[in-house]
Amino acid sequence: MSHVLSAGRRALTDTGEARGTLIDGIDVRTRIVVAVAFAIVMVSLQDLAVLTTGLLAAFFLMLSARLPVARTLKRMAMMDSFIIFLIAMLPFTVPGDAMFTVFGFPASWQGLRQAAEIALTANAVILALMALVGSTEPVTLGHALRRLMVPEKLIYLLMFTVRYVDVLQQEYQRLRMAMKARGFRPSNNRHTYRSVGYLVGMMLVRAIERSERILGAMKCRGFTGRMPLFDTLAFTYRDAVFATGVTVFLACLIGAQAIR
Amino acid sequence: MHIVDGALANDVVIGGTVLAVGGIALGLKSLTAEKMPAAGVLSATFFVASLIHVPIGPSSVHLIMNGLAGLVLGWAAFPALFVGLLLQAVFFGFGGLTVLGVNTLNIALPAVIVYYLCRRGVASNSLTTAAISGAIGGGLAIALTTAFVAIALALSGDEFIPAAKLVFFAHIPIMIIEALVTGAAVVLARRVKPELFATFNRSTTEEVAL
Repeated sequence: MSHVLSAGRRALTDTGEARGTLIDGIDVRTRIVVAVAFAIVMVSLQDLAVLTTGLLAAFFLMLSARLPVARTLKRMAMMDSFIIFLIAMLPFTVPGDAMFTVFGFPASWQGLRQAAEIALTANAVILALMALVGSTEPVTLGHALRRLMVPEKLIYLLMFTVRYVDVLQQEYQRLRMAMKARGFRPSNNRHTYRSVGYLVGMMLVRAIERSERILGAMKCRGFTGRMPLFDTLAFTYRDAVFATGVTVFLACLIGAQAIR
Repeated sequence: MHIVDGALANDVVIGGTVLAVGGIALGLKSLTAEKMPAAGVLSATFFVASLIHVPIGPSSVHLIMNGLAGLVLGWAAFPALFVGLLLQAVFFGFGGLTVLGVNTLNIALPAVIVYYLCRRGVASNSLTTAAISGAIGGGLAIALTTAFVAIALALSGDEFIPAAKLVFFAHIPIMIIEALVTGAAVVLARRVKPELFATFNRSTTEEVAL
């Protein structure tokens, strides 16, 4: 299991005891479908009050998945920092009634509204996704996606990636340690960029060589291009209840949007 | 560089998703059983590479390395980079869900373009030519990615055009850094394992020939 992913995952989900959360009891396939449906509905909504309700629902999902609140919100804030420019510019670029003026550029209420819409949607969708799907094991995610008719080869690729992200992360740390031991200190110069480039190149070489050994080992065990995927996924009444509940909730959101 | 849910127009999201699915299908088609482990390990490599931060001014940026991914993987860069974006969205909360297709297209299509433009140069006998081709590929991939992000935003509404321009110009230093890093990575890979850039894609032609 990938350390990088599961470090995030463990940190995201570790409660120090056997987890029996509401979300854990639901089939991963149901969770994926629900997360996608939630995302599509949220993207199609415009009303700020309705979007806020959606965001609150995503918060509720996060709490019931028992994701550590501080860490999850920090990740959300990191995502927000990516889009802050986009959001911050909208009030000035959307024409409309002036709210205030900065250096002669008027900020419009309409622009602020659109910025708020994007921020609410983006945060609600990513929070629901992390709560519903991010709370699974990466391997279980692969199994569930396979059952949802995602092409087999893509699942293998996902499984390999999940498996080797950990190994390669450790290799990266070793190479980085070796550089540090030789007095490498990153700064703004060509030497730094060249050294980092050599580091990436070295990782690439080692990755290719590793994959040759993996292929040899797999062939030795009879690999012919297919890997069996065993899972214990089962659709139960809980899934039906959960799916129905979410459907009703999403229908209410769409209804509220239509009324307003 | 990730676009989030709710920012783009529906047409752009749907168009991007359709094109990304096409790219992923083409990439998967090129993946034979023989190449599966290599593609998986390389996908993980580029995932880890994107966690590496390099200093820029008083701050730091993470590498993207999609140009290098294209040079090594060809069309397989589509599924490989998609897997990375999917894992980042689900487990790290970066990017979004409905925009996964658009984000994949923005990262992977430049990789494939760079593959076609620079693969000969990178495999050239002269190490200098290889380094320059690698640097051009690395810089071009980021330039194209930011241009695609800007196009996706501009197509979604005129109000995004200033932001789209800002995205492009703000990434110019990153293009330079990625160019330098990719060029150096190509040089090292060529010195240590000269056949590296041929390995992954040569096996296809051989199998086709067989």
